[in-house]
Amino acid sequence: MTNRTSLYQNHLDAGAKMVDFSGWEMPINYGSQIEEHTQVRTAAGVFDVSHMTVVDVSGVDAEAYLQRLLANDVARLDEIGRALYSGMLNDDGGVIDDLIVYRMTFGYRLVVNCATRVKDLRWMALQTTGYAVSVEERPGLGILAIHGPESIERVCAILSDCGRESESEAAAIRALGNFRGVELGDWFVARTGYTGEKGLEVILPAEQSPQLWEALLSGGVKPIGLGARDTLRLEAGMNLYGHDMDETVSPLSANMGFSIAWEPSKRDFVGRAALIAQRAELEAGRLPILTGIVLEERGVLREGQTLTCRDADGNEIGQGVVTSGTFSPTLKHSIALARVPTFTASCDVDLRGKATAVRMVKPNFVRFGKKVFE
Amino acid sequence: MPQRAKREEHNVSTIPDNCKFATSHEWVRIDEDGIATVGISDHAQDALGDIVFVDLPEVGATIHAKDEVAVVESVKAASDVYSPVSGEIVEINEELLDAPETVNSVPYDGGWFFKIRLEDTAELDELLDAEAYAEHCEGE
Repeated sequence: MTNRTSLYQNHLDAGAKMVDFSGWEMPINYGSQIEEHTQVRTAAGVFDVSHMTVVDVSGVDAEAYLQRLLANDVARLDEIGRALYSGMLNDDGGVIDDLIVYRMTFGYRLVVNCATRVKDLRWMALQTTGYAVSVEERPGLGILAIHGPESIERVCAILSDCGRESESEAAAIRALGNFRGVELGDWFVARTGYTGEKGLEVILPAEQSPQLWEALLSGGVKPIGLGARDTLRLEAGMNLYGHDMDETVSPLSANMGFSIAWEPSKRDFVGRAALIAQRAELEAGRLPILTGIVLEERGVLREGQTLTCRDADGNEIGQGVVTSGTFSPTLKHSIALARVPTFTASCDVDLRGKATAVRMVKPNFVRFGKKVFE
Repeated sequence: MPQRAKREEHNVSTIPDNCKFATSHEWVRIDEDGIATVGISDHAQDALGDIVFVDLPEVGATIHAKDEVAVVESVKAASDVYSPVSGEIVEINEELLDAPETVNSVPYDGGWFFKIRLEDTAELDELLDAEAYAEHCEGE
């Protein structure tokens, strides 16, 4: 069965090419993916990401439950509205999903991937044993992401068209720092996203999404499909679940080390013991790492391509694999994330049968419209 | 880019009837004196999405029908281009090396790939005419 968001008709009206995305009929583009990508890097675009799953966690043990469930520590959320990126791991330290958790007045709100919805909900329910906690999916909520250098002002400018308290809400939105959000009546507005640009995510009752969408389009914000969402996130060096990591991959092999809260050491989160063993493997050079690679000549790096990897002395030390690859519309050449042996210093990619040298860089290519690697 | 309008007009009237088509979505048009121009169809460019690189054959190369002679890379995928006919490459569209998006905007015009001196004009009889090609696209 195919799901549709409350913006289905709006997508068709905007000229969307619709595709199946994990059981959801979603816009891949509205004409040109590259133009949409550039729109977000230079002005403002809106994405319908209502297919993502919102899960609210409340109850007296909500914090303790999430401290067990997640590799990052929700105790770091010292104010209402703050956001945290985290992996949700299994006992073997594999990544069940990656998610954003917000602290809310009622407890916590998690936004997880739609492709992993069923297993995530099952896992979260399983972990509630012993905790006085309510874990509730919120299918009635929609999510619009508005990103780009002009995004925040564009949103503030159309609040009155949506019947909002425009002056006070605009002030509250402008005051938000990165990874911070604010509850505005039945809207939750946060400075989070998946593009490497300034922007907002608005979580709202799904029936209100069309009004906000149309107001944004009238206000000069362009609709952006999932195609550009993928090239934007890859330029920003952000992982895509199921491609750059999954249940068989350690977060330490997926650039997610920053999202593991090792301290306090007594916090016994799911996967901790396995992670400690993996950390030792990494230090011994036996755990692969996720690196950024760039191809500055013609050609496009694609998921699944094989890399031949060498250490600093030029000795072959094994093979790697491209986990996400694309043409970067901002840089005008190909970029990719690749999993390679720990001490890889240089590598070649098999590009349609031809060994081609690629350059290893920090997996962060573009931020705020500009190239960031050396 | 007004690709939406284009997508809605996939019918016989916009598929040029002076071209012949391969089922693998290349077109060939006889110019003069046994020289033909080859490109990819509007249907093909639309399915590929934004094209970012085009690799072309060498001038002077002798090729056979159904040989892989060029590669198109879009943001989405890499795709081989097969020659619909046999012969010698006499010219390539070098403009595509710097402006591959031309294939998206004008696939039957400025987006041509190469010109070929036909070895056997009888090969053209095995290709689809515009009407048959339109049916072929609909059946996919």
